[in-house]
Amino acid sequence: MGLQAYSGSGWILTKLEDLINWGRKRSPWPLPYGTACCGIEMMCALASGYDMARFGAERPSFSPRQADVLIEAGTITKKMVPILKRIYDQMAEPKWVIAMGACACSGGVFRTYSTLQGIDKVIPVDVYVPGCPPRPEGLLYALIKVMEKIEKDHPLRKQFDQLKLGVDNGA
Amino acid sequence: MELKDMIRGCLGPLAVAIDEFRGDLSVEVPKSHIIDALRRLKDDPGLGFDFLSDLFGVDNSEIYKKKTASKKPGDEGPETPSENDMPSPPRFDVIYLLLSLKTNRRLRVKARIAEDDPVIDSVTSIWKAATWPEREVFDMYGIRFKGHPDLRRLLMWDEFPAHPLRKDYPLEGMGEERCLIYE
Ligand code: SF4
Repeated sequence: MGLQAYSGSGWILTKLEDLINWGRKRSPWPLPYGTACCGIEMMCALASGYDMARFGAERPSFSPRQADVLIEAGTITKKMVPILKRIYDQMAEPKWVIAMGACACSGGVFRTYSTLQGIDKVIPVDVYVPGCPPRPEGLLYALIKVMEKIEKDHPLRKQFDQLKLGVDNGA
Repeated sequence: MELKDMIRGCLGPLAVAIDEFRGDLSVEVPKSHIIDALRRLKDDPGLGFDFLSDLFGVDNSEIYKKKTASKKPGDEGPETPSENDMPSPPRFDVIYLLLSLKTNRRLRVKARIAEDDPVIDSVTSIWKAATWPEREVFDMYGIRFKGHPDLRRLLMWDEFPAHPLRKDYPLEGMGEERCLIYE
């Protein structure tokens, strides 16, 4: 992040976009959506041993309205699809999704009538974590990847583009 | 008295077949008398099978198919007339696992159900515990339970068209997807 500190009276110069990204990046509040064995690994990553709080994922949120990273850990059955979709829709923008484990990524070993063959059939996914189950380090790595993605984001440009489009349409 | 004899005494002609396998007793009763038979087993003071520990379905179609397939037309050897001449057996079973909490004895009760008439009386009037297992059997095999208070699908979603534990249903499904409807 392009950040310069002037000694003396305490000025920091940076771009507004960088500041926003920095804030978002340092507080990715996860929504733990653990449905099967992968959920246990996710709990492990959140617990004191691996301590995901080190990366600012301080507060696992059980309300979609107060979370911005959906960690989908485990098998999703087709019966569960509407719930997953609703939870994702209820999360406020901007939001990111981690598909943790073979099941969430592709249905895993469950090539059956009842299992959803990958959650990207229903919601967009930012980072896929392979493994059955992935180790907690895998999830931490995915979180760091999400952070890198946030860092490259252009939140304001998007806003302005939308504004411009709106003006054009109105004219 | 042996458990076998006690059951024979309790059920009388309702016990179509009793057999024992490695110490486990199973008794087959006619589908039309399932409630009568189970109530007798429950109320009999000597037996007292007062606990329904499980209820599930079985689809035998693959077993019978294999039996007929393994017999080649030109095959010599001991003809077993029972396999060829008997009418094809009912496709489904519904099995009730009973337990007597007093004597800690167990019994398996089986009712056979034909494919063209997959209906049997619900035993929810005897054991409330049968409500969900019967819904599951209905969901997975398509066997209907007459008198069930709330016979809906249990594991699959409501619009699901098939019965997945039937042996002729492919494991990977037939492409059923859930459509998402939002208001
Ligand atoms: S990927 Fe493996 S560990 Fe994870 S939910 Fe599926 S089966 Fe369980």
